[in-house]
Amino acid sequence: MKVLEMKNIKKSFADNSVLKDISLCVEKGEVVSIIGSSGSGKSTLLRCATFLEEIDSGSISYMGEYAVNSDGGKPVYSKNLKKFKNEFGLVFQNFNLFAHYSVMKNIIDAPLCVQKREKKEVIAQAKELLKKMGLEDKENSYPCQLSGGQQQRVSIVRALAMNPEILFFDEPTSALDPELTGEVLKVIKQLAEEKMTMVIVTHEMEFARQVSDRVIFMDEGIIAEEGTPREVFDNPKSARIKQFLSNYKNDSM
Amino acid sequence: MTIQVMLTELSKSFLVTLEIFFLTILGSMPLGLAVYFFKTSKFKPLKWITDVYISVMRGTPLILQLMVVYYGPNLIFGITPPSNWRFGAVIVAFIINYAAYFAEIYRGGIESIPTGQYEAAYVLGYTKVQTFFKIILPQMVKRVLPAVTNEIITLVKDTSLACIIGTVEMFTKAKQIAVAPHSPGMLTFVAAAVFYYVFNYLVAFIMKRTEKALNYYK
Ligand SMILES: Nc1ncnc2c1ncn2[C@@H]1O[C@H](COP(=O)(O)OP(=O)(O)O)[C@@H](O)[C@H]1O
Ligand SMILES: [Mg+2]
Repeated sequence: MKVLEMKNIKKSFADNSVLKDISLCVEKGEVVSIIGSSGSGKSTLLRCATFLEEIDSGSISYMGEYAVNSDGGKPVYSKNLKKFKNEFGLVFQNFNLFAHYSVMKNIIDAPLCVQKREKKEVIAQAKELLKKMGLEDKENSYPCQLSGGQQQRVSIVRALAMNPEILFFDEPTSALDPELTGEVLKVIKQLAEEKMTMVIVTHEMEFARQVSDRVIFMDEGIIAEEGTPREVFDNPKSARIKQFLSNYKNDSM
Repeated sequence: MTIQVMLTELSKSFLVTLEIFFLTILGSMPLGLAVYFFKTSKFKPLKWITDVYISVMRGTPLILQLMVVYYGPNLIFGITPPSNWRFGAVIVAFIINYAAYFAEIYRGGIESIPTGQYEAAYVLGYTKVQTFFKIILPQMVKRVLPAVTNEIITLVKDTSLACIIGTVEMFTKAKQIAVAPHSPGMLTFVAAAVFYYVFNYLVAFIMKRTEKALNYYK
């Protein structure tokens, strides 16, 4: 089952062509990592997948249904994007928790007000997820009272509480101090073990190697290399990716 | 006139001041939000009209606006307004003037909210209306509270401008009493000042309390 299928996506900002004909397919239970230098279009790709940016051409489907259909290349967005938003969750680099809501309210508000689910059921699920993330004592805290690592774990819970088919992560640990990075990566690994479908933009190469089924190297708006972690990390083909990976050789790898 | 009579008279006229104050707040704070929406509207003519309105309201004296609203119907259209138009004109002029200031304050507050809050709400499936009223507005209120307090305190003092079209609020009353024969004279102005001061003190106190109450998050 293809959870996500993006075909021939193009996206420019003014005359800056950021995504140049990108196609990406994610199977159920698959974990795909996206690596690449800053400015290569990784965030833009996730933002297009989550409708935060409108694509210039191509198509996007979730669970085999078109959210954005291509009418001779011209994208036609579904009238009911809201339905498709139930299929995915997005975890931001800087968390974007609602500052005026407690941890619990951050998690349950959208399931209640957007998905119109039963309050009892949603709260029970939220508590269970918080416990799983080691945050059971934080449900009444406010985001400003939490460390970055805790905030990011809450934002993961917030996304999970919507019961998405697929989770997108945009550099989930880049805003964190190194000592807080581990606790967030651990949680994502745990999700990978539970076969959560995920697309993760990351600069943590060792983590990407361990957690991914497939690694994508983006360079200047195209997928320059793609394969299993072994293929991409141990036998990189192009000079660009070799050069990119050499920047990480010294530290984590 | 005894001091006691003077105080009673002042208190009565203070009620008019309060009436102007509360009606203006009640009208201009929500209207300011509407003005903010017009100003940020995608329908350009509405935005342009709103820009002109805001700049005129902020760029001309309130006292002049009071006169235009009061005398305008007669001078421009030759209409004879009803006898209670005097008070109506005061309220209309104050509301449209203060709404312009509130709209700008709200805009500052709303624009200071990180776009990430909108994006998170969008991805979670909140509608635009839900996003505004559940996520943005509450955070805006906290951010604009100090500026709104300033505006409200200015309003308390501005109510005295209503005298220009002959509304007998407390300032006008104090003037009438003070210059009348056998009145407590200067003491009348002192008493009026105390009324204004105490009221403003209360306003500031309540606003500080509200700010504190919203301090549970950053
Ligand atoms: N909203 C935007 N407006 C204009 N240019 C943008 C916008 N978002 C991203 N870009 C540009 O698109 C390119 C890719 O950005 P991004 O997708 O953020 O890269 P990455 O996440 O790989 O670092 C950059 O050149 C960036 O300046
Ligand atoms: Mg990025």
